Formats: sequence, C-alpha cells, structure tokens
Amino acid sequence: MPARGMAWLEWFAHPENTKPIGLLIFFILFCLILVYVYGNRQRGERLESHKDIPFLDEEAEEKTAR
Amino acid sequence: MAAAGITTSEQYDYEIVKKFAIMTLVWGMIGMGVGVYIASELAWPILNWDIPYITFGRLRPVHTTLVIFGFGGSALFATSYYVVQRTCQTRLYGNALANLTFWGWQAVMVLAPISYMLGHTQSREYAEMEWPLDLLVEVVWVAYLIVFVGTIMRRKQPHIYVANWFYLAFILATALLHTFNNLAIPVSLFHMKSYSLFSGVQDAMVQWWYGHNAVGFFLTAAFLGMMYYFVPKQAGRPIYSYRLSVVHFWALSFLYMWVGAHHLHWTALPDWTSTLAATFSIMLLLPSWGGMINGIMTLSGAWDKLRTDPVMRFLIVAMSFYGMSTFEGPMLALKDVNALSHYTDWTIGHVHSGALGWVAMITFGSMYHMIPKLWNTKLYSVKLASVHFWLATIGVLLYITAMWISGITQGLMWRAFDDFGNLQYSFVESVAAMHPLYVMRMIGGVFFLSGMLTMVYNCYMTIRQGVRETGPAGVAPAGA
Repeated sequence: MPARGMAWLEWFAHPENTKPIGLLIFFILFCLILVYVYGNRQRGERLESHKDIPFLDEEAEEKTAR
Repeated sequence: MAAAGITTSEQYDYEIVKKFAIMTLVWGMIGMGVGVYIASELAWPILNWDIPYITFGRLRPVHTTLVIFGFGGSALFATSYYVVQRTCQTRLYGNALANLTFWGWQAVMVLAPISYMLGHTQSREYAEMEWPLDLLVEVVWVAYLIVFVGTIMRRKQPHIYVANWFYLAFILATALLHTFNNLAIPVSLFHMKSYSLFSGVQDAMVQWWYGHNAVGFFLTAAFLGMMYYFVPKQAGRPIYSYRLSVVHFWALSFLYMWVGAHHLHWTALPDWTSTLAATFSIMLLLPSWGGMINGIMTLSGAWDKLRTDPVMRFLIVAMSFYGMSTFEGPMLALKDVNALSHYTDWTIGHVHSGALGWVAMITFGSMYHMIPKLWNTKLYSVKLASVHFWLATIGVLLYITAMWISGITQGLMWRAFDDFGNLQYSFVESVAAMHPLYVMRMIGGVFFLSGMLTMVYNCYMTIRQGVRETGPAGVAPAGA
C-alpha cells in the first residue's frame, strides 16, 4: 500500500486510466505539431526554405574553386 | 560555409567516412555471401557437411549480423558522418572518438560471427551477441552519440537539416533498445553465457519491442536520413516538402515504438497488447507512405533522369520497395492475416523486401553518389552500375516471389484438415513442397550477390582512379 497522501499515484498503475490519458496526450501533441507546421504561412515558408540546406555546401565548394 | 582556400576534403573529415564506406562493401560482400550459402543449405541440407560450426542455426545470425550491422551499420556510420558534416558545414567532432567507433564496430563484426559459430548466443533475434560484445557495442554507441551530437553542436548552419533528425533518432533509439533488451546476468565474469533479466512473456515482449524497433529505427529511420540527403542531391532538386518531412519524422518516431507486440499475436501475450500493436501498425502506414511520397515526388518534373541515371534508379526503386514493404507490414500485423503468415516464409519474404529492396538499394544509391565524391573523381563505370541495378532488382523479385508462394503454401498446408478433422498434411510434406521455392530463393540471392560483387569491383576501380588522379590524400595536384 502506498503511503497516505501518495494514494493518487495508484491511479496511474491502472492501464484503463493511463491508456486513454496517453492517447489524449499524444493525439493533442500530434495536432499541435500539425498546427505548428501547417498553421502559419510565414512559418511554413521559413520551414520550406530549409530544404535547400543540402545544396549550400555546393555553393561553398564553387566559391572555393573560384 | 567553406573557408576560402580550403578544399572540402580538408574542411571535412573524410578519412573516417572512407573507412566506413569501404567496410560497407566488405561486409556486404561477406554477409550476402553467407546468406546465399545458408539459402543453399535450406535447399540442400547436405551442405552442412555435418560440421556443427556451419550449420544453418549458427550461420544464420552470422548472416543477419553481417548484413544488418556490418553492411547496414557501416553504411549508416559512413553516411551519417558525411551528411552531418556537409549539412552542418563543419568538421566532425572528436577525431579519436570517431576512430574508436570505427575500430570498435569492426571488432564487433569480427568477434560476433566467430562467437556464433562456436555456439555462443543469447538466442534473441538480431541481438544474439553475448554480454561482453554487448558491452563493447554500448561503448561504441556512446562514442557515436558524442561524435554526432558534438558535430551538430558546433554547426555553422543555424538549422539542423531533417536528415540529421532521423540519424539522431536512430542513434538514441538504438542506445535505448540495445541497453534494455540486453539486460542480463552473466553466469560468471569469465563465462560467455548469461541469462536475461526478464522471464516468460515479458522477456518475449522486451525482445520484440527491441526487434521491431531495430527495424523501425536502425533499418528505417536511419535510412530515411540517407534518403532525405542523397535523393535531393542526386536528383539535383530539393526535397518535395520540408514540412511533410517534419510530420513524417514525428509521426514515425512516435508510432514505431508501439508496434513490436505484433510479432507475438496468438501467444501468451495479453490480447489487448496484441490489438494495440496491430492498431498502431495500421496507423504506421500513414507516415511511412507520407515519407515515401515525399521522396518520390522530389523527382517530379525530372523523371527522365531515371532513363539515364542508374544511381537515381536505385534510389527510386528503394523508395518503391519502402512503400511496398510498409504496406505489407501492417497487413501482416492484422491478427487474421498473421494467423496464416506467422512462422511461415512469408515473414522472411517481407523482411527481405525491406532489407534488400529498401535498405540495400538506398545504400547502393547513396554509396554510388558518395564514393566518387570522397575520392574526388567520377564513378568508374555507369554501365556497371546499371548492370548492378538489374541484377539486384531481378534478385529481389525472385527472392520475395519465392517466399510469398512458399509462405502462403506453408500456412495453408499447416491449417488444412481432412473430413475427419485430422491434419491433412504432415510437417515434412510441407517441407518437401518448399524445395523448388528454396532453390528459387537461392537463385535470387545469387543474382543479388553478383550485383554486390559488381559494385565492389566498380567502387574499387573508382577509388583507384581517384587515388591516381589526386593522390592518397584526395587533394588534386596543383594545376589539375
């Protein structure tokens, strides 16, 4: 038996409680990621600009060659 | 940004990348060679020659270890060290530590097969190494994490490119999986044998939590890191959607962790765990296909490259196989399909459609792109790369078709009843029915291995050409 005052912790030991809680946490988190990624046009453009990173080293190489 | 007057081979640490790239080829050749031999043993058991060291049971982990960790692992070390430097535009952190990862990893790849052949095994699939080797892997892996994170921390590019997210997730998840799956008590300090800390169904659960996440993070997430760098580079155009890659990363990382229990359908595992794993497996189809579409659509508007560029062909076919095997996986995770497919060759076919079609093909494409750049030269023969592509493609198709037919036949034969409710076939009848399909699988393996040998020759000649043109240091002579 957990010490008095710590009994609330036992609530987490039951899968029927923690499974829906886990589902809620992760689903909300996933929705937040979607909102972050697709919810704002400026942010979207900034994120899309990162797709050019693999090509920046080529520019650097060309400069070096010049 | 490269400092003025400094060549890329000086700005970046390519020596460690070169070493791992060469060992990728070496382990690929040996691992696939062992694979063909054990496939032959299954078709013609006389090839055991009554020598215990080379029986199927002992050589099988030699094959899986060398192809997954030797070939695949070395390719991941090589490409991750290459990609993290080039996308962070900084030199690799910790030269000595990086060398430790190389020599430590190669030592494991030599010692593990010897230990299996001598009969030392934990009997955990893809984690057969006994505790001393597990500890060595642990040390190497911590060093790998430090090198990778250290390099990211001193990056000159403010944003961390998504390929590095995938590599980092792979390194972190593998550390977690390897540690917990290998918790064991050795019989004594000077004895190889150990016993798992877990028992019964918990032990099985931990093993398949490890096993499927080894597929998810070692064989998928990390190779997606490769995809997100080498597909855009080879295609000469950026990835189709960066935002989709972000969603791909988080959804994939989150969902994979839950699906391992689908390997234990219809066992002592609690039913809810089994159902949970099946549900998450189905959900996993979405990020997998999102990523696959993201990779393939990168070529949108430049499909003509497929006609002329065998390297691009490797990469695109790899993504197609990724799509196919990530559709087949969730389907096999359904309990009713699994009731037929489990313990049959269908599983072996599925694994190889992922391992040969996805993992090996994306590795071949990436290596053909990277090796000439490392040695500052051009690929020795594009034609040979094209020959390799067709040998590999025919090989995979022969392999997986044989295993589909074999697996479904096995499943149907094992569950067939006669009018009196007795089993219609004895087990040995199903074994006899498999013989022609095992021969077909072995032929598929020979095709694939021949392709690998072609690649080794092509890369050897490329490296020789590079050394001749620029000298061993990879620096072009003045005026060149």
